[in-house]
Amino acid sequence: MHIVVCLKQVPDSAQIRVHPVTNTIMRQGVPTIINPYDLFALEEALRLRDRLGGEVTVLTMGPLMAEDSLRKALTFGADRAVLLTDRSFAGSDTLATSYALSMALTKIGQEFGGPPIVFTGKQTIDGDTAQVGPGIAKRLGLNQLTYVARICDLDPQAGTISVERRAEGGVQVLETRMPVLITMLEGTNEMRRGSLDDAYRAARSQIVKWSAADAGITELAKCGLKGSPTIVKKVFAPQARAEKVQHIASSDLSTDALAANVMAAIFQKQPALEGDLLRFAAGQ
Amino acid sequence: MSDAPKTDTPKTAAGRAGTKRELPEHFKAYRHVWVVIECEHGIVHPVSLELLGEGRKLADKRGVELAGVVLAGDPLTAAQVSAAAFEHGADLAYVITDPILAHYRNESYTRAMTDLVNSYKPEILLLGATNLGRDLAGSVATTLLTGLTADCTELAIDDEGSLAATRPTFGGSLLCTIMTLNYRPQMATVRPRVMSLPERQPGRWGRIVEHPLNLTEADIITKVLRFVADRESDKAQLAYADIVVAGGLGLRSAENFQLVRSLAEVLGAEYGGSRPLVQKGWIGADRQIGQTGKTIRPKLYIAAGISGAIQHRVGVEGADTIVAINTDPKAPIFEFAHLGVVADAIELLPALTRAFRAHLSVNRLAG
Repeated sequence: MHIVVCLKQVPDSAQIRVHPVTNTIMRQGVPTIINPYDLFALEEALRLRDRLGGEVTVLTMGPLMAEDSLRKALTFGADRAVLLTDRSFAGSDTLATSYALSMALTKIGQEFGGPPIVFTGKQTIDGDTAQVGPGIAKRLGLNQLTYVARICDLDPQAGTISVERRAEGGVQVLETRMPVLITMLEGTNEMRRGSLDDAYRAARSQIVKWSAADAGITELAKCGLKGSPTIVKKVFAPQARAEKVQHIASSDLSTDALAANVMAAIFQKQPALEGDLLRFAAGQ
Repeated sequence: MSDAPKTDTPKTAAGRAGTKRELPEHFKAYRHVWVVIECEHGIVHPVSLELLGEGRKLADKRGVELAGVVLAGDPLTAAQVSAAAFEHGADLAYVITDPILAHYRNESYTRAMTDLVNSYKPEILLLGATNLGRDLAGSVATTLLTGLTADCTELAIDDEGSLAATRPTFGGSLLCTIMTLNYRPQMATVRPRVMSLPERQPGRWGRIVEHPLNLTEADIITKVLRFVADRESDKAQLAYADIVVAGGLGLRSAENFQLVRSLAEVLGAEYGGSRPLVQKGWIGADRQIGQTGKTIRPKLYIAAGISGAIQHRVGVEGADTIVAINTDPKAPIFEFAHLGVVADAIELLPALTRAFRAHLSVNRLAG
């Protein structure tokens, strides 16, 4: 079975700094990583391949340096990596991104065999939209399974799959027909350590690089900024709250005395809270 | 929406997008503000009511009507959900009732929503950023080829009458305002508890517009085999808790997180933590507070050893009183906390637990 995992190279957001004067992002020296949510998708794909046979292809869209993430995915055990890279993709929002990726997935199907399963993470850590997965599913007519916690059953012959899906207030057990798009929930598996063989293979592997034209994209108006219905109107730093913080002095006080002052300050701010707490304590 | 930071220099992105073109002729018929009223297993999700409150303001600013969209499996549910929509500000409800819609499925709900939009043409379409709302919104926006902005923290109408949707960006370091100028509807999702719940107006009523589903069960490939409801005790009730105590990396070790739980226990509070704690595995993902975790609006929020990055700030700003404990007097959390203590949380948390326990037991005896 051929499985494709879409992943994204993202800046390690915990380390992003904002320039205090210009409010621009200081990207220099910020390390990039595979979007952590995508690793759950990759691991799930590798497990299915190990169990059922076949191949795992990883696909990403991004600048040339996104090759780093693809090579990393190969060291974990992916069989093939495709980088979709073209200046015409610059400024893509999620609608334009899902268009380009869906065209590349079609091309992957033609070149390497149609995938019954396309995986993505539930969302990225830089955009946090969770929109590209459903966008790909809709464009390719794949049955959509988001927030999947577990694959319960998969029958390649019958072409059926059933999964547990995290829904509001419970878990839905869904059964559908492949091809499907699955977005994996976090914490559902643990990424393997790649083998030494995989590391050697990854170092030697040729990464497939496709331009828009290579991926069969002829309608450039659907790509990049032109193909994006949303527009970033303004980017700005948040303002401090108008009301200044009331500091509770901590010097020259024992910790217990400080705690008493903090408690008193809380009750002063929220007079009703003391009564609420006493009622709660009385009910204990 | 902007899944990817669009450029390295936000100023360029903003400048480039600064020109407004005339809305294409065929979109000019799109009017009114819609809110999808999310209902699973007979319960209206509070986020939908919160959105009605926000949708009301947008509709009034635009001088248009506010509609609730009700997708229900049976007439009784449809009537109850419509009533909830009217009592929280909707002027009318678009209702599709069909047994196929009893359980959420992407295919049937996407079909129902796109059909309604194409028939009645709203200018703004709002959904809750729940698992259901996000699953549905992406499919609907892609089908309609329109813009969708996820997880907005502020919605407004600009001078030219367009929806200005503000959300954190770049992993939560900055805010950005996103617009869909030349496509309709303008779609946005908002997380639970980001907007306040409007007051219920008992007896308020509106018009109902019924619409057929035009689908049969045989058309739908995906089947719901069963639904396993969460046990009440398993659910972290963070979003709707009155008091929340949370910890961050300032706790320095997973063991020290117990100090947060102890204080929470004395206060009858829920507990949670910042995103790094989830990434380190100190707490479960359902306890994460912030943009990508839970948004909370408690009466009292105690943040211990949390620096207060934007992505955390937007998740807690709705709290009535924020108490920040941090060793770094320059930590961003002091820019939006109400009470600040420059101290080591590892020492102060147990002292606070002792102080509250003593105060509550003494006064209980006295009472």
